[in-house]
Amino acid sequence: MCLAIPMKLIEADGPFGKVEIEGVKRKVSLQLLPDAEVGDYVLVHAGFAIERINEEEAKKTLQLLTELALAQEAEEQ
Amino acid sequence: MKFVEEFRDKELAAGLVRRIEEALGDRRVSLMEVCGTHTMSIQRYGLKSLLPKNLRLLSGPGCPVCVTPNEQVDLAIAYAMTEGVILATFGDMAKVPGSSTTLLKAKAAGGRMQIVYSTMDAVKLAESNPDKKIVFFGIGFEPTAPTVAASILEAERKGISNYFVVSAAKVVPPPMEALLQGEVQIDGFICPGHVSVVIGSGAYRKIAEVHRVPCVVAGFEPTDVLQAIEMLVRQVRDGRSEVENQYTRVVHEEGNVAARGIMDRVFEPRDAKWRGIGVIPGSGLGIRPGYARFNAEVQLPVVPEKTVENERCICGLVLKGVKEPTDCALFGKECAPENPVGACMVSGEGACAAYYKYR
Ligand code: SF4
Repeated sequence: MCLAIPMKLIEADGPFGKVEIEGVKRKVSLQLLPDAEVGDYVLVHAGFAIERINEEEAKKTLQLLTELALAQEAEEQ
Repeated sequence: MKFVEEFRDKELAAGLVRRIEEALGDRRVSLMEVCGTHTMSIQRYGLKSLLPKNLRLLSGPGCPVCVTPNEQVDLAIAYAMTEGVILATFGDMAKVPGSSTTLLKAKAAGGRMQIVYSTMDAVKLAESNPDKKIVFFGIGFEPTAPTVAASILEAERKGISNYFVVSAAKVVPPPMEALLQGEVQIDGFICPGHVSVVIGSGAYRKIAEVHRVPCVVAGFEPTDVLQAIEMLVRQVRDGRSEVENQYTRVVHEEGNVAARGIMDRVFEPRDAKWRGIGVIPGSGLGIRPGYARFNAEVQLPVVPEKTVENERCICGLVLKGVKEPTDCALFGKECAPENPVGACMVSGEGACAAYYKYR
């Protein structure tokens, strides 16, 4: 029930907007994320956008994981 | 999908597993994944089979449908059976067994129940049925509670007078604290990602600093969960107990301030009963007196049937991490997702359902 899906905000009009994922479009409430902007990736839970996804942070986490994996490999060789 | 494949990368996962093994050594460590969506990820990706045997993962009370006690299921059913009322709720609730029946069966027996995807749909239902009273049964944790609050504000804004809410929403940190007083050894918490989106990683500070139990907020992809485990095991090894945030792409220290504001405007803390755990002070969200005209329990009191618990279902013990679903004699036999005996087998994120699906 606490599932939330990353979707792209493609329209925003006051408290409501439209999100898209793989061609599927859905109406979304923006009351909980009033400063969301068109083009943002947002987490959608039960019809509400609850947070935007920070792409920089996502990349940082992935980069850290990659570095850790590489460091480990180097150690083991 | 954006940043999903990358977080399922097998090489990255294998690297993390090796780091966990290294940090763990031969210590015995038990971590609790509080959130049912984490339980689902762990089962779905078979993470337990990748991890060393001396690391235990316990599932916790993190499935809103599962922790809703029979009394409240019965209350929802009583509303569905009340003349002039349509009970609206999220899909997961429909099949949850109450004392003697379920909402779905009550509907077949002449009750009125409507499943909605969003609380805004429940408000619309009220708008399009002015001669009926719509009672929304608002279960859920912190990600959902603000959406219930927003529906009350929306009904107020639109001047809708036939929309009512049973507030059955709950907050997660109090049961985490309660479990630390219990019989199960918990060396660290994998903290729920989407709950934390709303309340912020700062909400676990008391658990880390006062109870001295490490907390790591985690995302839901396999490498997210493994990285959180690695961070927790390192804390245990180093004798630290801090709040760390693995899910930085969506979780902030202070959470979603706008969502919390809406939640606080409409709700106030109240004591709430959790299946298996009992009443936990301040763990529920009640409707503030200023919004009493939307409060179903105030405006439309009903008397549910007498509560009866199913003695054979150990769902309550599963929710505390004391037992595993497979310890239940009914698991996969009498009790399966098509005919759930207990609440933990209903929702996909219920521990019994998650174990069953990926067994
Ligand atoms: S398998 Fe079914 S009966 Fe057993 S604990 Fe889980 S929900 Fe209850």
